[in-house]
Amino acid sequence: MRVIPFLVTAAATILLVFLLNRPLGDKVPMPVGKFLSPQTGFWQNAEDTAASFNGMLSFPELKGRAEVYFDERLVPHVFAENDEDLYFVQGYLHAKFRLFQMDLQTRAAEGRVSEIAGPKAIGYDREQRRLGMKFAAEYSLQAMEKDARARAVYAAYTAGINAYIHTLTQSSLPLEYKILNFEPEEWTNLRTALLLKMMAKMLASGTEKDLATTRLHQLFSTTQLNALYPQVPDSLKPIVPPGTAFVKPGFTAKIPAGAAAAYFRDTPPVTAFEQYTPDRDNGSNNWVVAGNKTVNKVPILANDPHLELSLPSIWYEMQLSTPQGKTYGATLPGSPYVIIGFNDSIAWGVTNAQRDVKDYYSIRFKDRQRSEYWFNNQWKPAQLRIETIKVKGAPVVYDTVSYTVFGPVMYDESFRDTLTKNNGLAVKWAAHHTGDDGNTFYLLNRAKNYDDYVTAIRFFECPGQNFAFASKAGTIALWQQGKFPNRWENQGMYVMPGTDSSYDWQAFIPQAENPHAVNPDRGYLFSANQRPADASYPYYIPGAYINPRASAIDHYLSSMNNITTQNMMELQNNYFNIMASDMVPLLLKYTDETGLSAPARKCFEQVKSWNRFAGPESVGQTIYQVWMDSLSVNIWGDELVRAGFKVELPAEQTLMELLKKDSTVMGYVDDIRTPGKETIRMQVTDALNKTANLITQLEKEEKAGWAKFKDVSVYHLLKEALLPFAHTGLNVGGWGNIINAVKKSHGPSWRMVVQLSTPTEAYGVYPGGQSGNPGSRFYDNAIDTWASGKYYQLWLMNSGEEADARVKWKMSFAQK
Amino acid sequence: MKFFITVIAIVLLSYVCGSYFPWWMIAVVGFVIALLIPQRAAAAFWSGFVAVFLLWLVLALRINAANDGILAGRIGLLLGIEKSPVLLAVITGLIGGLVTGLAALSACYLRQPKARLIK
Repeated sequence: MRVIPFLVTAAATILLVFLLNRPLGDKVPMPVGKFLSPQTGFWQNAEDTAASFNGMLSFPELKGRAEVYFDERLVPHVFAENDEDLYFVQGYLHAKFRLFQMDLQTRAAEGRVSEIAGPKAIGYDREQRRLGMKFAAEYSLQAMEKDARARAVYAAYTAGINAYIHTLTQSSLPLEYKILNFEPEEWTNLRTALLLKMMAKMLASGTEKDLATTRLHQLFSTTQLNALYPQVPDSLKPIVPPGTAFVKPGFTAKIPAGAAAAYFRDTPPVTAFEQYTPDRDNGSNNWVVAGNKTVNKVPILANDPHLELSLPSIWYEMQLSTPQGKTYGATLPGSPYVIIGFNDSIAWGVTNAQRDVKDYYSIRFKDRQRSEYWFNNQWKPAQLRIETIKVKGAPVVYDTVSYTVFGPVMYDESFRDTLTKNNGLAVKWAAHHTGDDGNTFYLLNRAKNYDDYVTAIRFFECPGQNFAFASKAGTIALWQQGKFPNRWENQGMYVMPGTDSSYDWQAFIPQAENPHAVNPDRGYLFSANQRPADASYPYYIPGAYINPRASAIDHYLSSMNNITTQNMMELQNNYFNIMASDMVPLLLKYTDETGLSAPARKCFEQVKSWNRFAGPESVGQTIYQVWMDSLSVNIWGDELVRAGFKVELPAEQTLMELLKKDSTVMGYVDDIRTPGKETIRMQVTDALNKTANLITQLEKEEKAGWAKFKDVSVYHLLKEALLPFAHTGLNVGGWGNIINAVKKSHGPSWRMVVQLSTPTEAYGVYPGGQSGNPGSRFYDNAIDTWASGKYYQLWLMNSGEEADARVKWKMSFAQK
Repeated sequence: MKFFITVIAIVLLSYVCGSYFPWWMIAVVGFVIALLIPQRAAAAFWSGFVAVFLLWLVLALRINAANDGILAGRIGLLLGIEKSPVLLAVITGLIGGLVTGLAALSACYLRQPKARLIK
C-alpha cells in the first residue's frame, strides 16, 4: 500500500462526493452530483415526448374500480363507481401532476416558507401566522370533518394524494424538490383547508385599506376620503339591474354612541402595514346571456377569473364522473371538486365580490406581556398562541400572538407597530370563522336546476363570490354570495376602538338579501368586480370595486343579439379601453398644444387618432396609459404623499368623473408644494411632456408597442429563482380595466364559454399545461393558444365513448 | 484488455447500483472494481473515469433525445451554461467520471505494493 497517495486520493474522493452531495449555496441550491446523476437527478424528470400515461394501479383504500381516460391535452376524464373513489382518484391525479405547487402553497398559507427559503422569508411567515391563516383553517376543518359526507370526501381526497406521495422515489421526485433539496410532506385535510384560506386571502383580504385610510385620516376628513375613494361611481353598471326593488332590512346596524369623537375625530395614527398584500387586480369577468339573445335560443355562460399567471397554472382541468352524474371544468390542485365548470344540466362561473370583510381593532394591553387586554371595563385574558417558525440554516424563531374576542393581534410592538408600547391591532376577518365552503362545489357539481344552485351557494361564506348560473331549462342568474357584515355607515373605514364590544360587527346581512338577479328582462347578467348594486341597496357595503370592465361588458351585451359561442370568446378577448374612451376627450380638451415639446406634439396626435383599443401593437394605448399615470401623480401625489405612507392613488375612473364636473378636481389639481397655482391645463400638458420623453426612449428601443411595453410574462411559481422556466414577451394586449384583463403577469387564468345546448358545447383554455413538470411537453403547451385568443373544445365524455379517437391513454384504478 | 474489462465491469455495476442506491455508489463501484482488478495508477484512474463518463453521458443523451431537449435546455440556462443540452450532458459525464476515477485511483494505491512501484 502506498500510504500517502492512498490517503490523498481517498480524501479527495470523499471530499468531492461530500461537496457534490450538498447544496452549494443560494445560486446553486441543489447538490450537484445528486442533481446531475442521470439515474436519480433532474434527467429523470425529462419526460419522453412520446411518454405513455397508461397504467394499472391498485390501492387498498379503493372500494371499487375507477377508469381514467386522458385526452390529447392530458385532461383526465375520471369514471368512478362512487364518490369516495372519485375523490381518491382526483387527489391522486392532482398529486401526480401538481404535487409541488400544492405542497408549496399550503406551506406558504401556514407561514412555513422559511423552512425552504431561509431567513429572508421570516417576515412573510410571521405575517401569515399573525393574520391567523392556520387558526382560520383549523376552524374550517372542524366544519369539514363534522359532516359525515364531507369528512368522507376530504379523507378520500387526502388518501389519494398520499397514495401518490408514497410511490415517490429519489428519481421520480418532482423537479423542484431536487432543485431546492427538500422533500414533500404528507397531505392532511388541514392542508386542504389551508389552501382554501390561501384563496380567501388572495380574494378577500386585499379588499380593505383600513390601515392606509386611518393614516390618511390624520390629513383628510371622512367626507374628503369618501370623495377620493367613492363607493358608488356615476358610471356604475351594477350586477343587479338598476330599478330592482330591494327588501327593507329587518335589522339596521346602530352607530355607537360617541363615534363622532372617538371614531371619526380622534382616530389614532397607525404605523402598521401589511407587506405581502394580494394583487389589487385579483378579479374576474363572468356573464350569462339568455336564450332570447342567442342564435341557438339557449343560454351561454362565460367566465374568466383574473389571477396571478403562473407555471404551473393555479388550475387543472378535469372531468369527474360517477353513475350519478358527471361534471367538467377547472379544478384547484389541493382541493377536491370542480370549481368553475358545467355538468349535463347547468354551468356556473365565479368572480370576486371585492367586498371588505376585514377590520382592525385597537387593543389596549395591561402590560408588555400582552396577555390581558381591557375589554368591557375589565382586564380580559388573551389566548396566547406560540408560533414556532423553523428556518433553513438558522435557529427556530418563536412568535407569540395574542388572540382577542375580535381575532389575532396582528400588529404590536414586536411586529411593525412602533408607535405604542402596550397597544396592538387585532384583525377581524370573515375568513376566520367559516364552515365548509367546499360543500358549495360538491353540490354545484351535481346541481340540476336553479333551486339546486341556490341551495349549493348558500354554504359559501368567504371569499365572497359572484356566482353566475345558466341552465338547460333556460334560467340565467347571478348571485353575490358570501357572509358579509351588516355595517353602519363608514364602519371599518378606520381602525376601530377595541376596548368594548360597541364597535364590533352587530349582525350579518341575511343570505337571501345578498344582491342577486334571475332572468332579467334585458336577457343578460354580468359581474366584473364592480359594486354589486346601486345606491338603493339598503346596506353599507364598502369594497375594492373595479368598474370599467363591467361598463364595457354591458356596452357590448346590451347591443348584441343572435349571440354565438364565437361572439362570447371574442368578447373575452376584447381590447376596447372604455376608460380611455371617456378620458381621452378630456385629456385632449385640457392640453395646451402651444406648451408641448415636439415629441409631445407627436404623442398628442397619436392619441387623438388612436382607436381606443389596447391591442398588442398599439402605441396609442402605451401613450395613453403613461400619460394617465403621470397625470394621476401630478394631481394626487402632492397631497397624498403627506400621509408618509404608501397609499393607493384614487382610481382613474374617479379622476375622470371628477374632471367631467370640475376642472379643479375639488382643488387637488394645484401642486401644493409650489408657490404658483397650477391649472388642469398645466398639469395635463406637463404630464404629456413627461410621457413623450419616455415614449421617445421606448421608440428608440422599439418597445413602444403595448405588449412590448408591458412585457407579458408567465413565471414559474418560484419567479426569479427559476427564470428559465418562464414564458416571457408574450404578444398580448389588454389591461386590468379592459375586458381582456392581461397585465404583466396577471390576468385571465382560465377562459371558459359554455353553451347550454344538447349536447353542451363548451370551450376553454388556460395559460399553462396539464403537467406541472417543467420537463414535460404538457408543461406550457397551451400558452400560445391562450395568448392568441384561441380555445380548445371541452369534451364532456360519456361512458361508451372509450374507443373515441380523443382518448390517448387509460389509467385503471382497482382495489388491492 | 484488462482496461477494457474494468471499464465494462464498472459500467454494468454502476448502472445496476444507480437504479437502487444513491448516486455516489459510483465511487464505491469504482473503488471495489479497482481493488479486484489490479492496474497501474493511470490505467485505474482512466478506466473509472471513462466508464462512468460514458455511462452518464450516454444515459443523459438518450433521455435528452427522447425529451427533445426541453428540460436540459432549461436547466442549462438555470445553471448559467446557456441552452445547450449536449454540453450539460458532457458536464454530467465529467462529474461522474471524475468521482469514479478518483475512487478507482485510491483503490489502486491501497492495493499496490510499495516496492514494485519503486522499481
